[in-house]
Amino acid sequence: MAQITKVETRNQMRSSKWPIERNTEAITAWLMASPAMILMILFLIIPFFLAFYFSFTNQRLISPNPTEFLGLQNYKQLLTLKILRLDPIKNESGEPVLDEDGNFTYIRERDITRNPDYPQYAGLQRWNSWDVGKTRFTLLASDVVFMKSLINTLYFAIVIVPGQAGLGLILALLINRRVKGVNVFRTIYFIPVVVSIVVVSILFRFIYDGDNGLLNSALVFITGGAFKPIDWLANTTTAMPAIMLMSAWQAVGIHMIIWLAGLQNIPFTLYEAADIDGANAFQKFLYVTWPGLHNTAVFILVTITIAALGLFTQIHVMTRGGPLDSTSTVIFQAVRKGFDMQNIAYGSTISVVFFILVLSVAIIQRYLTREKSS
Amino acid sequence: MNISLTIKNKRRLSTFVRYGLMIILALIFALPIVFMIVSSFKPHFQLLQDSSSLRAFLPVGDLSVNNYFDAFARAPISLFVFNSVLVTLVTVTLGLLVNSMMGFALASMRWKGKDIMLLVIIATLILPFETIAVPLLMVVSRLPWIGAGGITQGWLNSYHVQIIPFIVDAFSIFLFVQHFKSQPYELIEAARMDGAGWLRIYAQVIVPISGPVFATAAILRGLFMWNQYLWPIMVTQSEQYRPVMVGLGYFYQLSTSNTTGILPWGEVMAYLSIITIPIIVLFLVMQQAFIESIASTGIKG
Amino acid sequence: MKKNKVFCSILAVLIALSLVLTACGSSAAGPSEDLAPGEVSEVVESGSSSTRTKLSMWYHGAGNEVERNILLSIIDDYNNSQDKYVVEVQDFPQISYNASVVAAALAGNLPDIIDVDGPVMPNWAWAGYLSPLELSDGALDEFLPSTIGMWEGEVYSVGLWEAACAIYARKSVLDQYNIRIPTLEQPWDLEEFDAALETLQASGEFDYALDLGMAWTGEWYPYGFSPFLQSFGGDIVDRSTYTTAEGAMNGPEAIAFGEWWQSLFVRGLVPGTTQDSADRDTGFIEGRYAMMWNGNWAGASALEPYGDDLLILPAPDFGNGSRIGAGSWQFGVSADSQNKEGANEFIEFMMQDKYLVAFSNGINNIPSTPSAAAASELYASGAPFEIFFEYSAAQSTLRPPTPAYLTAALVFEKALADIANGADVVDALDAAADEITADIVANGGYGFDGSVVGPSIQEDEIATGK
Repeated sequence: MAQITKVETRNQMRSSKWPIERNTEAITAWLMASPAMILMILFLIIPFFLAFYFSFTNQRLISPNPTEFLGLQNYKQLLTLKILRLDPIKNESGEPVLDEDGNFTYIRERDITRNPDYPQYAGLQRWNSWDVGKTRFTLLASDVVFMKSLINTLYFAIVIVPGQAGLGLILALLINRRVKGVNVFRTIYFIPVVVSIVVVSILFRFIYDGDNGLLNSALVFITGGAFKPIDWLANTTTAMPAIMLMSAWQAVGIHMIIWLAGLQNIPFTLYEAADIDGANAFQKFLYVTWPGLHNTAVFILVTITIAALGLFTQIHVMTRGGPLDSTSTVIFQAVRKGFDMQNIAYGSTISVVFFILVLSVAIIQRYLTREKSS
Repeated sequence: MNISLTIKNKRRLSTFVRYGLMIILALIFALPIVFMIVSSFKPHFQLLQDSSSLRAFLPVGDLSVNNYFDAFARAPISLFVFNSVLVTLVTVTLGLLVNSMMGFALASMRWKGKDIMLLVIIATLILPFETIAVPLLMVVSRLPWIGAGGITQGWLNSYHVQIIPFIVDAFSIFLFVQHFKSQPYELIEAARMDGAGWLRIYAQVIVPISGPVFATAAILRGLFMWNQYLWPIMVTQSEQYRPVMVGLGYFYQLSTSNTTGILPWGEVMAYLSIITIPIIVLFLVMQQAFIESIASTGIKG
Repeated sequence: MKKNKVFCSILAVLIALSLVLTACGSSAAGPSEDLAPGEVSEVVESGSSSTRTKLSMWYHGAGNEVERNILLSIIDDYNNSQDKYVVEVQDFPQISYNASVVAAALAGNLPDIIDVDGPVMPNWAWAGYLSPLELSDGALDEFLPSTIGMWEGEVYSVGLWEAACAIYARKSVLDQYNIRIPTLEQPWDLEEFDAALETLQASGEFDYALDLGMAWTGEWYPYGFSPFLQSFGGDIVDRSTYTTAEGAMNGPEAIAFGEWWQSLFVRGLVPGTTQDSADRDTGFIEGRYAMMWNGNWAGASALEPYGDDLLILPAPDFGNGSRIGAGSWQFGVSADSQNKEGANEFIEFMMQDKYLVAFSNGINNIPSTPSAAAASELYASGAPFEIFFEYSAAQSTLRPPTPAYLTAALVFEKALADIANGADVVDALDAAADEITADIVANGGYGFDGSVVGPSIQEDEIATGK
């Protein structure tokens, strides 16, 4: 009820009853916004446009060579993908040559990509290949490490977003009770947030140690020796999940608090009404809690996604992209190429592609989660 | 009789399960930090040995504050802490002012360009700092500065290069906008009727009742500034300006020029504790205010 | 209402405080801030009121007490020995030093004197951070060739010490398993070395036969391992033209190296990339590793438990000569310095034998001249590590002196880590060669035009036995 009155009043004010007042309002607004605006232009927008500009050149960090304009060459170098079809190796009589396991054999991709007879495949490398029937299909990429980084980044985001948001919600539900000591728990769950991710990365290196890390020791103890220690950060399958666990550990506290705020904003009367209707706990969650959390959920979804896609510091400190590129992410590659290897142009290209990627994801999310009824 | 007992037992069971779960989770969240603090009191070899067992969390063995003394001898830690405190405090304070004004203008005032501005701000939310770090370095090394020595070019190696680029923050603006929008417009209306100017309204009507969101923005921004890593490495050159994260490098003695040939893990743990515990303590002190602030900032329905 | 007033006043105080602090910080920064190179400052030395020109210097050793003290005492001596210049040094943590220098170069903010890691120097010289040294004639005569940093025929940097690698082992262990003890003249070849590793591993007495130090990610990989590649006949970059890595990084010799390298880890002879740095520090000393590939700096801690039993063995000859890495940190003069004369003078002052000895005794590295070596504790005739000096003179192979090295080192490190972790050897080497070559091309050849400028790694002095 109060909401409707608010809107009406606003609309009343909006009718041009006080044109001179509107002018003053506009001027004052610009004045108040100007410090932030100037700072943003100087330190966010200009650098971003510089990066955008660099992506079309061959700009180095420092170089005696003049900067040249390259057009889309950096983007081609980054994003080119091609599929190569290979037929099995055949001997003189046209029979396919089989290897010891009875599989077809194929020439190595490098015999094509490094072959001057096939200039269209020059500069590409093998990313992955699949054997379908007799043919081998190989996906060639101009920057395999970038492609892998892209997949890793998406993998990380796809797991972390529901995982960390879900865990945050569970924690919030757990502590949303007026029981003794709940504040202590709330504090403990939040403490990792105030610890720097650099510090966390250093600590977790001990925890993830392959021979006698704490995680391995704990798992061996719990399973009574049935568990064999795993070298978490050395194994291409477990390295990224290990990073996911660590990132969630550090950041879930914030999301727990935000969920908590959302939970506490749901009017108690709704729960009372549900009780009267005889709803059980699960039904109450589904029909009262979850709908009431809609805006909170959208906010959390968008912020976690953006943060997840920008994964960098943990990788830089703990794994440097390894093992075998399984933890390399888009931003990690941008810094490695742009700063470590001083190829600002290429690093900027990666940044621009990243920006477009995240913007698209954010827009899609916004669209999918828009209020169906306005 | 029987029914009421069952209900009571059910409740007891659920409380028990709930507490059990909470305790296990609490251990998972607290233990790594306990490990860090406890290890900082252990000598190097014991530290490494203990790190594979339960002893990692227990203050046992040859405990002393030697690591702390050694850490302070190796690096000017108080200087680093001072620098971090200074940079964080100034950036956060100025940021609150600047970002809240922008937030207010966006939320409660009408002006042309407002919608575009909002879009731009949301777009900048997406950019991680690493992508603009080098262009920002280029910008900042060409800006003039008026200091005690007159007008000089380039901001590197100073306090202001660590502060000014980070005053404006899209996320803070976003928080302010959300919050101000949820304030009843009647307040502003009433003030306008009384003939108050917009600036007045901002300062005396809206800000005083927005304590919670200011606290939230301050804490989140403060954490970000305290934990900054890449930028200070690039822009601080004299030891006198280095913040705590750059100081971490002092303990990573790469063995090619280290006589003892050993990474001083005990000192590293001591240093990590030194730069983390104050923040934890600060948080513990302020937590009631902080949690309430986020709760009331709320992302309202 | 009261709460609001309190809040407002707190906010006001904070704002005022922050503005005051910023002003204080900036103005405090003014006079004591690092002056632009060459700016004259008034430094009142005890007794003297003359105006001295300040020479600013950056050094990579922050957090290292011993190095710092030695450097400071040299600076003190210099400052007291003349009254025209005064040197002030700023320490940087080694791990972020290069990043800080590059950022400073970008901003035009370099000091007069900087130290630079040997193999990185060509890149800094090419990029324009450094200017050639102007030392007196003959100042460099006695210096080990690998301590003199040259680019395009000019000397840009000089090192006060050198470092060398060798295989640490124990006489008792080798004797026990009937392994021949190699000498400088007759090192192990591939078969012998491999067989020794297999034997030691099979004995069961050790966790691993050889410790390569995979835990030390970073510059150690190219420094410690590219000599193996070069000994096989491959190289990081084709040294005859410096315009490509094709054939050097992925030719048959490199592939042979790559496959042998991978086999070390597959066969479990060497701890892999997950090695703990603590194990690297203590594994050999505690007897868990039979042998260790490490530099002279590790000698002191290895000598302690083993004494006379310790052997320092030459690098194996895998076909193209026994090779070890060369070139450590060196000092140079920045291109923007306004006081090149003073900077050069100071560098030459540091080059005196007595200071070379001081550094060597302090940080255990090899002094750059034979006379200094003879006067040092560890490298004099009959001293425990004299042999390192011989190895350095006979086997040192510079990492390719080209501006491309900056990128090439990172690419090489990744390739070797990937191969150790099981990547396809040929693909990994191909990718590395491509990346290095692409970088060279993107930079206009880094000043090389494709003509032959010297012998390739298979034709150089060590390979030809000259």
